[in-house]
Amino acid sequence: MEYEAVIGLEVHVQIKTESKIFSGSRAGYGYEPNELVDPVVMGLPGSLPVMNKAALDGIIKAGLALNCDIPDTCKWDRKNYFYPDSPNNYQITQYDQPICDGGFVEIELEGETRAVMGEHRKVALTRIHLENDVGKLNHFSEDSLVDYNRAFTPLMEIVSEPDMHSGEEAFAFLTAIRQTMIYCGVSDCDMEKGQMRADANISVRPVGQKELGAKIELKNLNSITGVKNGIEYEIKRQTQELKKGRTITQATWRWDADQGRTELMREKEDAHDYRYFPDPDLMPVRIDDEWRNWIRAEIPELPFDKQRRFMDEYALPYTITSVLVPDRVLSDFFETAAKQAPQSAQALGNYVTNDLLRELSESSQSLADCRITPDHLLSLVAAVEKGTITKQIAKDVFVEMFNSGELAEAVIDRKGLKPDFDEDQVKVWCQEAIDENPRPIEDFKSGNEKALNALLGQVMKKSRGKANPQAVNPMLRSLLS
Amino acid sequence: MSQDLHYKSAAALASLLDSKEISSVELTQAIIDRTQAVDDRVNAFNSFDAEDALSQATQSDERRSQGGALGPLDGIPVGIKDVLAVKGQPLTCSSKILENFVSPYDATCIENLKRSGAVLWGRLNMDEFAMGSSTENSATKTTSNPWNLDCVPGGSSGGSAAAVSAGEAPIALGSDTGGSIRQPASHCGVVGLKPTYGRVSRYGLAAFASSLDQVGPMGRTVQDVAELLQAISGYDRRDSTSYKIDVPDFPGAIERLKGKKWIFGLPKEYFAQAGSAAPLAAVEEAIAYYRSIGCEFKEISLPHTEYAVATYYIVATAEASSNLARYDGIRYTHRAEAFDGKDSVDIYHQSRAEGFGEEVKRRVILGTYVLSSGYYDAYYLKAQKTRTLIRQDFENAFQEVDAILAPTSPNPAFKKGTHTEDPLSMYLSDIYTISANLAGIPGLSVPCGYADGLPVGLQIIGKPFHEEDLVAIGHTFESAHSYCDEHPDL
Repeated sequence: MEYEAVIGLEVHVQIKTESKIFSGSRAGYGYEPNELVDPVVMGLPGSLPVMNKAALDGIIKAGLALNCDIPDTCKWDRKNYFYPDSPNNYQITQYDQPICDGGFVEIELEGETRAVMGEHRKVALTRIHLENDVGKLNHFSEDSLVDYNRAFTPLMEIVSEPDMHSGEEAFAFLTAIRQTMIYCGVSDCDMEKGQMRADANISVRPVGQKELGAKIELKNLNSITGVKNGIEYEIKRQTQELKKGRTITQATWRWDADQGRTELMREKEDAHDYRYFPDPDLMPVRIDDEWRNWIRAEIPELPFDKQRRFMDEYALPYTITSVLVPDRVLSDFFETAAKQAPQSAQALGNYVTNDLLRELSESSQSLADCRITPDHLLSLVAAVEKGTITKQIAKDVFVEMFNSGELAEAVIDRKGLKPDFDEDQVKVWCQEAIDENPRPIEDFKSGNEKALNALLGQVMKKSRGKANPQAVNPMLRSLLS
Repeated sequence: MSQDLHYKSAAALASLLDSKEISSVELTQAIIDRTQAVDDRVNAFNSFDAEDALSQATQSDERRSQGGALGPLDGIPVGIKDVLAVKGQPLTCSSKILENFVSPYDATCIENLKRSGAVLWGRLNMDEFAMGSSTENSATKTTSNPWNLDCVPGGSSGGSAAAVSAGEAPIALGSDTGGSIRQPASHCGVVGLKPTYGRVSRYGLAAFASSLDQVGPMGRTVQDVAELLQAISGYDRRDSTSYKIDVPDFPGAIERLKGKKWIFGLPKEYFAQAGSAAPLAAVEEAIAYYRSIGCEFKEISLPHTEYAVATYYIVATAEASSNLARYDGIRYTHRAEAFDGKDSVDIYHQSRAEGFGEEVKRRVILGTYVLSSGYYDAYYLKAQKTRTLIRQDFENAFQEVDAILAPTSPNPAFKKGTHTEDPLSMYLSDIYTISANLAGIPGLSVPCGYADGLPVGLQIIGKPFHEEDLVAIGHTFESAHSYCDEHPDL
C-alpha cells in the first residue's frame, strides 16, 4: 500500500519592535540576563499589560503580505499554564478572534536543476495571531536560572492548514515566510536567535484515504534544515510503523538533530487544559480600513513578484535572480544600477552576484559598509562597452574599485589599464599568431569557425589582455582571407 | 492640642495647616501617637514606618513654608490598604506568599497621591488578596471593629475602615471588588466610595478580579472622601481599562448640586429580603429624611438581583485563579523550604500550599473549575451573560431615577468567627454591594444610624461616572445629621 504524509506547520515569528508587546521595556537580544525587565515583564503584583501598537502594525503587515483577511476586531485571551519561563503563568494570546484569518503562502519547490525555476504553489494558512513570548530557562547541574529578557517580546504564530506533504514543501514554506518577513521589515527571522521557531504536525495515511491519520506534533526543530530533516524522518518512521501494521497514537515527539532521529516527548493524555478566557486587562482592538490601507502601502514588492519582474523586465537568468532576490538590499542595489542601464542589466547582475558578493564575503563586509555604489558598477559596465577595457580586465578593475572606492575610469587611469597600442600593433600580433599557429589556420580554412578562437587567445596573450576582442576578430579574418 | 487632631476631618486639618496652627509633622506625630495608643486593640495596620511618614511630613512643611502647598491633601496622612504598590514599602496583600515582598514601583494612584503632597501612612490590613468580608482571612492578624472589639470591621478593606474609624488615619485608600470598601465603611461608621470602573487606574493594585476591582477613598466625611477621590482619579495609559473622561470637581459638587430635588429609586429586591430589620430601620429613616426635603421616590425593579452573588463568584474566582497564578515561588514570592529542586511543579505545589490561606485556595480552585474545558460555557460564559443582564437592569432603572438608595449591608458588623465555618453565609453579606461591581457603576456608603449599637450605612448607587451626584447626595444627608462626629469609645 502507498502512503502519503499530511503536514501542517505552526511558525512562531518575533516581531521586531523597540519595546515589548505589553510593556514599555526595551525588546532585544544579547543583553545581560534580566536586564530588559520592568514590573509588567516580571509579573509583579499590580502590573498591567498595555498593547504596543507597533506590534499590531507588524502583524497586520505580515498578515496582509501573506494574503490574510484582517477582521474589524480581534481580542485577547489568557492561556493558563504554569512554567517558570512565564512570568504570570498565563500567556496573553488570541484564542477565537485572531488578528489575521486565512491567507496563503506562495512557495517554490526545487527545479530540475539549480538554473531552472521550480514549481510554485500556494500553501493555505488557517490564521496568524499575536501573543507574548516567554523567558528562557538555563539549566545547570544543580539548578536552573531563568532570564526574562525575551519575555513579552511580540510573537506571532502563523498556523498553516494541513496542506503540505513533504519536508521539502515545509522547507520551502519556511523559506518563503522568512523572506517575506525580512522584506516587510517585520522580523529578521534569525532562527539561531529564536526569532523564528517552528513546530510541525505530521500524519501519514494510505493514499486515497480521506481522513487524516493520527497527528504527531514534532518539536525542537531549530533550523529550516532541521524542519526538513525532522519531517522527513518522521514521515519515514510513521510509514514504516503503518506498514508493519502498527497504529500511530497522537503524541508529541521531539527532533534530535545530533542523533538525526525523533523521540517521544509526551502522550496525548498529558495534554493541558489551558482554561482560555478573555483577558480582562485588555480591550479588544478595532481595525479600520484607514489602518489597513496605511499598512498595505508600507508593504514592498514581495520576493516572488520581484523575481518574476526581474526575469521579465531585465531578461535576467533565473540563477542571477535567485541570488539577488532573497536579499532585498542587494536587489535594490542592483535595480538602482539596472534602471540607468537596462541594456546592461545582465552584466550588472553578474557583477553583483559574482564579483561583489565574493569581495564582500572575502572582506567580511556588508553591502552598506562597502565602498561600492551602483555608480561604480555603471562606470565599469560603460568602460567595457566602450571597449576601453576587456571583460577580463574589468574583473581586476572591480577589485580595485572595491578596495579604493574609485570609479572605473580612475582605476583604469591610475593602473594604466587603457590599451596603449595602436591598430598597427594589433596587426603585428595577429600576424605573429597566424605565423606561429599553422594548425588552427588550416582548420579555420576548412570551415571550423571555432579555430579562430585559439588565435584570438594568442593575440590576447600577446597584448596581456588589453586588446579588444571585438577589434582583433575582424583583423584576423582580414589577414586570413 | 494634638490629642484632638486625630478625629478632625482632613478638610479641617487642611485649614489648620494652611493657617499654620499646626504643622504636618505635628499632625503626623499625632496620628502616629494615636495609632500606637489604640492599634494593639484595633489591629488595623500590618505595618507602618513612622520615620518615613515624618520625613514625608517634613517635606510637606517645607513646601508649605515656601508657599508651595500642593493642595488640600498636602501634609495629610493617608492610610494605604496593603494591596497597593508603594515603592520601597512592603506589599503583602495580607498573604504569607508575599510576606517578604517590597514593591519596587508606585501604583498610579499612589503616584497621584504623592503629587498631591499627602503623607503615605502605613500598610492597612485586609482579607488576603481582598477575598473576604470580615478581614478574618488575613494571614497577618485579625482587625477589630473599633465600635465593638469582638466584632469584625467588615472587609476586605477592614483595616482601612477601622483605622479611619479609630482615628488612626483621617482618610485611607481601599479597594472594592464586591463591596470591599462600602461594607467595611458601613460596619465601622465611616464613608466609603467605590468609583465607576475605569475612573481610577488599577496599575499597582494587586489584582483580585480585574474586571471588578476598583481603588476608592474612605474617610469620616463625604467631603474628605471627595477630596481623596479627586487626587486619585483620572485616565492612565498604563491601565487599558481606565477611562478617558474628564475628571469633574468632586468636592465642588457639594455646593454645585446643593438643594437639587433628586429622584431616587428603591429596588424592591433589596428591601424585600433584608437580613435583619435593624439596618433597614436606619435606612428607612434616611429615606424619610430625603423625602422630607422634597426628593422624589420610585419603586424600581432590578430583576436579576437574585443571580448577582452567583454571577460574581464565578467571574471573580475565574479571574482570580488566573491573576494569582503569578505567585508561584519562582521569582519574588514565598518559596517552600522543602521541594524537589528538579521539579518546578513541586515548587509550585509546596509554595502555594504554604503561602495561600484557605479562602484564597477555595477561590482559586473554584475559578480553575469554572474555566475548565467542558464547564466554561455552563459557568463562565453564562455568568458573563447574566452580568450583562444585571448591567441592563441598572441602565433601565437609571432611565427613570438619578440614583438608587439601599442598605449597604444586610446586617451590622458580626462577631468574629461567625461565618468562618460557613463561607457561603459570608458571601451573602455582599448581596447589596456586588451588583454595582458587576455593572461597573459607583456606590457610596454613608453612616445613617445604628443597629444593635453598631453603625450601619446607607448605600447610594449612581450612574456611571456620576460620582459627583453621590458626593452631593451623601453630603446632603451627612450635613443634616451628626453621625460623622460620632466616634467609637476606645
